[in-house]
Amino acid sequence: MKKFAIILYTAVTLALLAWGFYQAWYVAPADAMQGEIYRVIFYHVPSASVAFLFFAISLLGSIGFLAYRRSHPDWAQRSDAWALAGAEVGVVFCTVVLLTGPIWGRRAWGIWWTWDARLTTTLVLWLIYVSYLLLRRFVAGPQMQTLAAVLGIFGALDVPIVYMSNRWWRTQHPAPVFGGDSSAGMAPAMVTALMWNMLAWLAWGILILGIRYRVERQHQKIAEREAQAALIA
Amino acid sequence: MTILWTHLVKDLRIEWRSREAVNSMLFFALLVVVLFSLAFQPRGEFSQQISGGVICVATLFASMSALNQAWAREIRHQVLDAQRMAPTSGSDLFLAKVVANFLFVSIVQLVLAPVFLVFYNLRVLGPAWELALVLPLGTWALVANGTFFAALSIRSRNRELLLPLILFPIFMPALLAMVLAIGSILTGDNGQVLWIKLLAGYDIIFTTVSLLLFDVVLHAE
Repeated sequence: MKKFAIILYTAVTLALLAWGFYQAWYVAPADAMQGEIYRVIFYHVPSASVAFLFFAISLLGSIGFLAYRRSHPDWAQRSDAWALAGAEVGVVFCTVVLLTGPIWGRRAWGIWWTWDARLTTTLVLWLIYVSYLLLRRFVAGPQMQTLAAVLGIFGALDVPIVYMSNRWWRTQHPAPVFGGDSSAGMAPAMVTALMWNMLAWLAWGILILGIRYRVERQHQKIAEREAQAALIA
Repeated sequence: MTILWTHLVKDLRIEWRSREAVNSMLFFALLVVVLFSLAFQPRGEFSQQISGGVICVATLFASMSALNQAWAREIRHQVLDAQRMAPTSGSDLFLAKVVANFLFVSIVQLVLAPVFLVFYNLRVLGPAWELALVLPLGTWALVANGTFFAALSIRSRNRELLLPLILFPIFMPALLAMVLAIGSILTGDNGQVLWIKLLAGYDIIFTTVSLLLFDVVLHAE
């Protein structure tokens, strides 16, 4: 039953991705000002949303690990697996954001990169979570999970400060398209296409996140079994 | 408070006998300053603009060795294990290390400042006394986080390498604030108040969180 549900979910996700692709490239009209290049938004914005969501999951996992590590070791292990999966898949989506952004920026702004609040925050966020993954590689033994959780909390704490500091410094990124002033907004066909792509990439991200979580849980179980075997022998 | 004082006196005495940390930092920072002035050949207006960044980056790089040494000393003869078993809170140990490193880095900055003024032909156009606010605040941000992450990375296989890799991303907003504040004071454009506030906020937030989480790091097993 569980297997069937996973296969069904995968099939729905792939169908959504195909439908999102069709919407983005054939249904949504070209932009009046930007032409075809604006279609980057169908990949850039969903990836950014998914990346931020997964970093939040990683933070919750880190807090959960520190909270439960004495009282409920099994919950703590699950939390740690979520923290790792969130950070790792989040970094992948964040990389997509950082790659698609300059492609659009080159055409729309005439420059690949600028040290604007959102760009810098995203880059620093990416750097923080890469350093988190490096820490997990470098530290051996069971204390790694504790140290990684501490760094995860520090990293998340840094994000609002980075954002504020850059906001005071300079800002060039387009203002929010939705809920902005009267000049903001998109054609209805574009909004529909964007929403389909949001849904599709979110579904895809959750699928990958789930797989990564499963893999990490298997790792933990193997490590535990080996530790038990070593104790007996 | 007495425990903090004991830790601090011990660290200062060790440093006074060897002078390892201050000397190595001083020479390293001097090298960075010379390298930057050779690489960019700053003159006039340009040197006013970049010198804030150069002094911050020089301090940042130089402090890495001292921060690593601070905990490497405790590893020898299993002193750190003894600290862990001692019936005192880790925050005293942490705070003493931060204060000691803060003094070391400040000494380096004070010695380096005249050299810097000469090499970069600097004239302070804004209120110079505000530098006495910006530099300690920025140094505290660096040293508090650096001491915390050094304790964290001391457990890894290649500890000297890991510290900058995890410290630099977290330190970025403080570096930005410090550089912009110093730049504003040197060029006299009066934009520094906001950045001093940001630095103070950063210091308060991260020192508090470090104090709260230090026991977790110290007793991680």
